[in-house]
Amino acid sequence: MDMSELPQGKKPRLILVGNGMAGVRTLEELLKLDGSLYDITVFGSEPHPNYNRILLSPVLAGEQTLEEIVLNTREWYAENGITLHTGKTVVSIDRAARQVVADDGTAAGYDRLILATGSCPYIPPLPGTDLPGVLAYRDIADTQAMIEAARQYQNAVVIGGGLLGLEAANGLSLRGMDVTVVHLNAWLMERQLDPAAAALLQQSLQAKGLKFRLGAQTAQLLPGENGRVAAVKFKDGSTLSADLVVFAVGIRPNTELAEAAKLHCHRGIVVTDTLQTVTDPRIYAVGECVSHRGVAYGLVAPLFEQGRVLANHLARHGIARYEGSVTSTKLKVTGIDLFSAGHFLGGEGCEEILLSDPIGGVYKKLVIKDDQLAGAVLYGDTKDGAWYFRLLREGRSVRDIRDHLMFGEDHLGDLGHRGETRAAAMQDGDEVCGCNGVCKGAIVKAIKDKGLFTLEEVRKHTKASSSCGSCTGLVEQILAFTLGGDYSEAPKVKALCGCTEHTHLDVRAAIRDRKLLSIPEVMRQLEWRTPNGCATCRPALNYYLISTWPGEAQDDPQSRYINERAHANIQKDGSYSVIPRMWGGQTTPAELKRIALVAEKYHVPTVKVTGGQRIDLLGVKKQDLPGIWADLDMPSGHAYGKALRTVKTCVGSEWCRFGTQDSTRMGIDLEKALWKMWAPHKVKLAVSGCPRNCAEVAIKDVGVLGVDSGWEIYVAGNGGIKTEVAQFLVKVKDAAEVLEYSGAFLQLYREEGIYLERTVHYVARVGMDYVQARVLTDAEGRRALYARLQFALQQEKDPWLERARDGVQQHEFATITL
Amino acid sequence: MNPWIRICALDDIPRLGARVATLGGEAIAVFRTEDNAVFALHDRCPHKGGPLSQGIVHGRSVTCPLHGWRIGLDNGRAEAPDEGAASCLAVKVEGGDVYLRAAAAACTA
Ligand code: SRM
Ligand SMILES: Cc1cc2nc3c(=O)[nH]c(=O)nc-3n(C[C@H](O)[C@H](O)[C@H](O)COP(=O)(O)OP(=O)(O)OC[C@H]3O[C@@H](n4cnc5c(N)ncnc54)[C@H](O)[C@@H]3O)c2cc1C
Ligand code: SF4
Ligand code: FES
Repeated sequence: MDMSELPQGKKPRLILVGNGMAGVRTLEELLKLDGSLYDITVFGSEPHPNYNRILLSPVLAGEQTLEEIVLNTREWYAENGITLHTGKTVVSIDRAARQVVADDGTAAGYDRLILATGSCPYIPPLPGTDLPGVLAYRDIADTQAMIEAARQYQNAVVIGGGLLGLEAANGLSLRGMDVTVVHLNAWLMERQLDPAAAALLQQSLQAKGLKFRLGAQTAQLLPGENGRVAAVKFKDGSTLSADLVVFAVGIRPNTELAEAAKLHCHRGIVVTDTLQTVTDPRIYAVGECVSHRGVAYGLVAPLFEQGRVLANHLARHGIARYEGSVTSTKLKVTGIDLFSAGHFLGGEGCEEILLSDPIGGVYKKLVIKDDQLAGAVLYGDTKDGAWYFRLLREGRSVRDIRDHLMFGEDHLGDLGHRGETRAAAMQDGDEVCGCNGVCKGAIVKAIKDKGLFTLEEVRKHTKASSSCGSCTGLVEQILAFTLGGDYSEAPKVKALCGCTEHTHLDVRAAIRDRKLLSIPEVMRQLEWRTPNGCATCRPALNYYLISTWPGEAQDDPQSRYINERAHANIQKDGSYSVIPRMWGGQTTPAELKRIALVAEKYHVPTVKVTGGQRIDLLGVKKQDLPGIWADLDMPSGHAYGKALRTVKTCVGSEWCRFGTQDSTRMGIDLEKALWKMWAPHKVKLAVSGCPRNCAEVAIKDVGVLGVDSGWEIYVAGNGGIKTEVAQFLVKVKDAAEVLEYSGAFLQLYREEGIYLERTVHYVARVGMDYVQARVLTDAEGRRALYARLQFALQQEKDPWLERARDGVQQHEFATITL
Repeated sequence: MNPWIRICALDDIPRLGARVATLGGEAIAVFRTEDNAVFALHDRCPHKGGPLSQGIVHGRSVTCPLHGWRIGLDNGRAEAPDEGAASCLAVKVEGGDVYLRAAAAACTA
């Protein structure tokens, strides 16, 4: 912004026209970025502060009250220094004088203007639509009028069998009215449902007492003796009595004000990817009134995404772009589970997977195009809606999981929450987040009381899903279920953390392309918002630097999590655990003796055999660590690091009567070649000597299986939070090839993985085809990857030896006694 | 009033790091920020007693190593939505040395 036009010391003035969900969300995002930039004034036609419009349906149904759905109280505006004019409609914009005028004559000048005027219900031009008792369904006033009518009258007709119409009909019916839904199309919700799912929906609604007239065209509304509407007359001449008629046949972007100000409008106020109007650079528009790349959105999730981008520009960060959204729909009628997203009707080049159980009331349809999920309709069982929606938006290849797709995310293996993923069926006291002990009731309460919309917000306010993340899907379901309709899922491209706008991949690319070598340099060049980051970004940056520029970038211990700084695992009481490396799980009497002696000498309270074929000394005092390492004289097992952990082996052909290959030797060779390897997350390998697979190679990051004719290599398995079976990569002849192929795969992961992304997630993100192209097809590329890995590993030393023998980082272990 | 006790040289504490000093059997975490400000807290997180000295230091906060609470260095307070505080001690830097005053001082902020 050109500040020279402003009187000195004065802040630029920002006006928001439209005190609704998108506009106020934009202000909230702006205040989060910088609360001091503008003098803000808000105009709203409605007499209320900003409320949650999507919850009008539960209000109509009597499930919530108006007070409960207020999102921003008047105090909120006051606390943030925002001037609020409610009950005032802006009637003109003078773009030359940069001033808006409201219907009561209030005028205000602006330097920046946001139009967030929402949309208007469409009322078809039929005779009688102006009669008393004829309404649309858009705001608090409409809702109150409906509640009032339900007290006095009996017959209601809702015109329009879409989302909004059905929610209105359901609410009126719950308030005791006799409701008929009139719909032009042959089936309900044709923009979200196919005929089969719509038929099931209609059945359930009929069971709740609603009546339907489908394929019916309204001709006219007829008045009664009192002048109020009394009947609906159809094209075929038939009539239906009605004391209340609610129109819900569609909405039109509210562009009246913009058009009067000669801003270019075409099915909405036309804006760019930065939400700026194409006509006047001082004027922005956001929300349902907007036409972005030819699309006007009518659900909150995309509007909130727009708001975030717009706030970014108003705060002069200037890097965000809105590139459009994929939306999904849920119907907020209690007791009915319905979900729909994407191109659910299918069509040319699409395949469909169907599951239909009309008796059980379950119908599911998945539409697949080019190996990606293109659309989904779920009826009766929507618990996997959030997962399908994620697959859809991420455009992830579903080729490998196709067989299981219909059975949902659980079916891919989710030890934590199998069988109980129906958020709706859970009791308030049921625990959702096992790490932080957060129950469903607490999450629902926080969502309602604090007006939360996103997963991130729920994490921040309740801590649910902020630790191991295995309950993320469940929390997303609770959000969707509580908000009823759509809620804004985490944005497709997530910033690395609150300290920056950039994503992990952007940061990785910048470090590589601009050859950045230190954390302060990255933060300077990429304009970090905080002086020295936080506990989330610093470890990630440190890893990206040392993995991209081995030998050149400086490893920063202060940016490593304590385990990697102390080279031992911190325990709940502040003591540490020590796990020495036992190559391939094989040990010697001499090693065992040293371990025993150390345990006695340092009074180690617990000695345990781990699940990774080695021995853990638990409860060690920090200051004893260097001494223990010296006495053990065994290398670090890196059990504490985002690094190579164990290479699990079975006995193999040396002893086992079934062994086809020397799996123990192979495992030891792999471990010796790869140890000291830092990675985006921990890395675990296993080698089995025959397909009986006693070393469990199928759940490892790299699993090697000996067969009579050589070795099979599997990658991207996982045995932790979410068990996933490794995928076959290649079959090779000898040990040298096992090393080269495994090493190349791991280097690819090291170079491209996002910090804290295990191989299973990395491969799911980039696709197995890509991995095959890089590691199998491109032989030269494979050798280069393996060479880069070896170079990186040459730079690393045994951290225990360095500290025990050479006194590296001594201050870390010595306490000062005063 | 208790006297100031010398803990160590400023350079004995890593930048964006901490050292542990024990006083009468109690662990005290002494932090050094990027801009060389020094703070001292009892080395117990208000959540479940985690050793704050082992956390990552950023800005004027430390993130507890056990469950990631963020604790303000200047007042010992947990950042919302978490609640609670670690008690603060008075420290000062003089002539390149760090000094601590034994009694728990009232927090300033
Ligand atoms: C010690 C050990 C349990 C045991 O007594 O057997 C263990 C202990 C811990 N595991 Fe584990 N895991 C141990 C084997 C496993 C295994 C089995 C295996 O490796 O064969 C798994 C499943 C396999 C896998 O990783 O795919 C396993 C899956 C996890 C996970 C889930 C990872 C995931 O991606 O889903 C975590 C959490 C994390 O890393 O974020 C975890 C985290 C932990 C942490 C580091 C928790 C923490 O942050 O403090 C525990 C450290 C305790 C300590 O201080 O020693 N541990 N953990 C095992 C050490 C093996 C070793 O010798 O190094
Ligand atoms: C009953 C109902 C249920 C819904 N359910 C869902 C759902 O489940 N999921 C979902 O995602 N979406 C749902 N929606 C849609 C969602 O509410 C809208 O997408 C969202 O509110 C649009 O936000 P907005 O800020 O663009 O418009 P609004 O929220 O409508 O805000 C616009 C505001 O601007 C005011 N205004 C207009 N012109 C002027 C002017 N000239 N001067 C001053 N003020 C003006 C209007 O009075 C209004 O208050 C539902 C909508 C309704 C009505
Ligand atoms: S060792 Fe692993 S499974 Fe056991 S409590 Fe710790 S993290 Fe959980
Ligand atoms: S003990 Fe500090 S966060 Fe739990």
